[in-house]
Amino acid sequence: MSDRNSLAWSGREASELSVDGVVDGVLGPDDIRIGPDTLRRQADVARAHGNPQLASNFERAAELAAFEESEILALYEMLRPRRATAEQLRAKADELEGREAPICAAFLREAAAVYERTGLTA
Amino acid sequence: MADADVNRPIGRVRFMDAQRVNLDGFATENPGLGMVAYDSPTDPTPSLVIRDGRVVEMDGRAEADFDSIDEFIARHGLDLEVAEEAMAVGDLAYARMLVDPAVPRGELVRLASGMTPAKLAAPLAMLRPAELMIAMTKVRARRTPSNQAHVTNRLDDPLLLAADAATAAAFGFRELETTVPVLNDAPSNALAVTLGSVVGAPGVLVQCSVEEALELELGLRGFVSYAETVSLYGTHDVFVDGDDTPWSKALLAAAYASRGVKMRVTSGGGAEALMGGAEGYSMFYLEARCVALARAIGAQGVQNGGIDSASVAASVPKGVRSLAAENLMVMLRNLESCSGNDALMSESDMRRTARTLPTLLAGSDFICSGFGSIQRFDNMFGPSNLNAEDIDDFLAIQRDWGVDGGLRTADTDDLARLRRRAAEVTRDVYAWFGLADFTDDHLERAVDAAGSKDLGTTDTLAVLNAAHTIKTSGMTGLDVVSALHQCGYPEEAQRLLDMLAARVDGDYLQTAAIFDEQMNVLSLVTDPNDYLGPGTGYDPSPDRQREIDAIRQQRSVEDLRRAQDDPEEFARFSVVGEAAVGTAAGEVVVGLSPAVGRAISRTLSGLTVSEALVEVLAGLEEEGCIARLVRVNDSIDLGSIGLKAARLAGSGIGIGLQAKGTALIHRRDLSPLANLELYSVAPTIGRADYRLLGVNAGRHAKGATPDPARNPYSDEAIEARYHTRVVALVAIERALATGGAAEELAWKGER
Repeated sequence: MSDRNSLAWSGREASELSVDGVVDGVLGPDDIRIGPDTLRRQADVARAHGNPQLASNFERAAELAAFEESEILALYEMLRPRRATAEQLRAKADELEGREAPICAAFLREAAAVYERTGLTA
Repeated sequence: MADADVNRPIGRVRFMDAQRVNLDGFATENPGLGMVAYDSPTDPTPSLVIRDGRVVEMDGRAEADFDSIDEFIARHGLDLEVAEEAMAVGDLAYARMLVDPAVPRGELVRLASGMTPAKLAAPLAMLRPAELMIAMTKVRARRTPSNQAHVTNRLDDPLLLAADAATAAAFGFRELETTVPVLNDAPSNALAVTLGSVVGAPGVLVQCSVEEALELELGLRGFVSYAETVSLYGTHDVFVDGDDTPWSKALLAAAYASRGVKMRVTSGGGAEALMGGAEGYSMFYLEARCVALARAIGAQGVQNGGIDSASVAASVPKGVRSLAAENLMVMLRNLESCSGNDALMSESDMRRTARTLPTLLAGSDFICSGFGSIQRFDNMFGPSNLNAEDIDDFLAIQRDWGVDGGLRTADTDDLARLRRRAAEVTRDVYAWFGLADFTDDHLERAVDAAGSKDLGTTDTLAVLNAAHTIKTSGMTGLDVVSALHQCGYPEEAQRLLDMLAARVDGDYLQTAAIFDEQMNVLSLVTDPNDYLGPGTGYDPSPDRQREIDAIRQQRSVEDLRRAQDDPEEFARFSVVGEAAVGTAAGEVVVGLSPAVGRAISRTLSGLTVSEALVEVLAGLEEEGCIARLVRVNDSIDLGSIGLKAARLAGSGIGIGLQAKGTALIHRRDLSPLANLELYSVAPTIGRADYRLLGVNAGRHAKGATPDPARNPYSDEAIEARYHTRVVALVAIERALATGGAAEELAWKGER
């Protein structure tokens, strides 16, 4: 279980969220957006409760937390069958590496190799 | 018999053929098409070879031959530190551990994490139904069971969606799933169901099942709070036909988590066979691959148990059993089980009930992955195995077995209030954003509607326009919070904000998470299942048990006594004096039970006692007999009442009539339990029957031979309908049977 002081992406604490703040326009989407540290903490919780795969998912998510929604949708699209060549997937992996997303980068490289072997590349 | 009829089956078979179960399809097992529940000849023998910390063979397939599913499971899905130990456990030994109360859930889950798909499938295929249920009770993730509802309608009408979402929340559903007949309506449906949900109760999760990318967008923008339509399949080719790969699905799982949104995946036995891509494998083996993959990609839960292909699985031997085994497999992979029981799998009420009952009795994280909270025709997923038609049945079954299926009785007045508020909130919010305007008449119809057929003609283009505006305007869940507040719905604004704020903590990303109505997260982490045999694990709290027990149809003796109180009827009867023995040859005495004229006014058929009496007396009069009325005060037994009446009658013939309507004809020389004619099924005795009773009693008195009465044709569950009332009526009679002498009554009837 996480503690109660989770920080939103904006840096604001979850406990500071109020309807008035929303109505007054003080609070925005980044105030209800989960932060990467929270996701990593949830990964620890998942691991402690017998599910390292769920933990890995949260660790991938912690990296994606920094990405724009359109970028995430584009990444998803790229990984669908025959959307990208292996080179494109590897190039994207290199880009992710440079954006502090090494876990996702490795994930894309793994996909590139399997897609090549199983006929899933463009 | 005419020649044309020679080949016609006999009447008994024609009758059986006409039963609804024979509308269902039943298939001969055909492993080549994947039409086999367990144990296809093609299914592999479990195996796992690990070299230098890397899986190089799994379930009989070498690394070089891995398809994309094998590859993902081998690289991500197995705990290699446990694998050697787990693969060495005998299938029968593990099967026994599953039902052994001495083996805790944690140990079963630990071993399963090192088992390949085929390895975990083998012991589960050994479990008999009762063993599956015990194992489900022990292994499901969350201690507290729950349930999910479908909320849809044929018109995508926002006001009706909102009213029905509030209704579903009032009935206790903690997840609401909507979908669309018209894809472009999706953003409007998501918004309307979310608005209804926050009116109905705090902490209700909402999803909109549509194509993967749109569903993700709706989640990211805060219009829904979880996702479920992330489908997995057990063969590479079918998976790719679904336009995804294990990697793209895993990315989706991470995408949802990256915005703090709960998600689970969907699979289900029979899906591959339905798509012609089972490759000769059994349904259960392919599902074992799906569930292993679900764990591997890092989903917290799985919706399975047939789902859209439930009727495919149900068409083969042991198919329904395999659906329950699928649910158990999810639990053993330490994941949330959303246990199917959604698609209507049979035209037979018995078969569909039999399919769901084990899940309900065993308990699951979600008994149904979509109980149709709306009527069948409004369910845009197709009719569910349970629908609005069945909510009262389900509540009664919960009460019968004393189990928590996640539902509760909604107070009738609360329902009316919540439906109105949900429709008003939605109308106001749609107007606030300029999405659509709804008339007063439309609102009134939505509040009262039992389904979209009650709405009349609606402007479906307005819905499409609203959805388009939501999609393109960039508005988010926070804008809806603001709109709710400014439209004068602060409580709903707070509830919606609470759902959005929960994303920041991320606690509801953990396995099997739901919110209770105080916004506490209940999950594998906070509410772990601790079943270890009788006396342990989940039992409803006393408050929850009362909620389960107190269905709105239950009645007490006091309720029934009040319903029977009719001073006007009672005033027709007055006591003349002590009953005397008559001497007239044509005299018949009608013996009445103690409560007649005092406490019970109506028979079980709905006639007043006087209305029954009118007919009896008229029948006697037709036969030229004289009647006297006597109330017996020392017995409630109909035989004794009738016999006592006969012994007081000059003719030696008496009629016994209980206030609840049961009646007989007696003769003074018979024993109490032997009688001349018995009219035993009080609920079906009408005026004509009482008239015949009088006539026949009269004929007996004259020594003539009457034509005995026959029981009417009936296929009603007479006892189910009336026995509770009988218990109360008998109690009332018994309290008045004080042992006093029989009384001669005068009666002011109307003929």
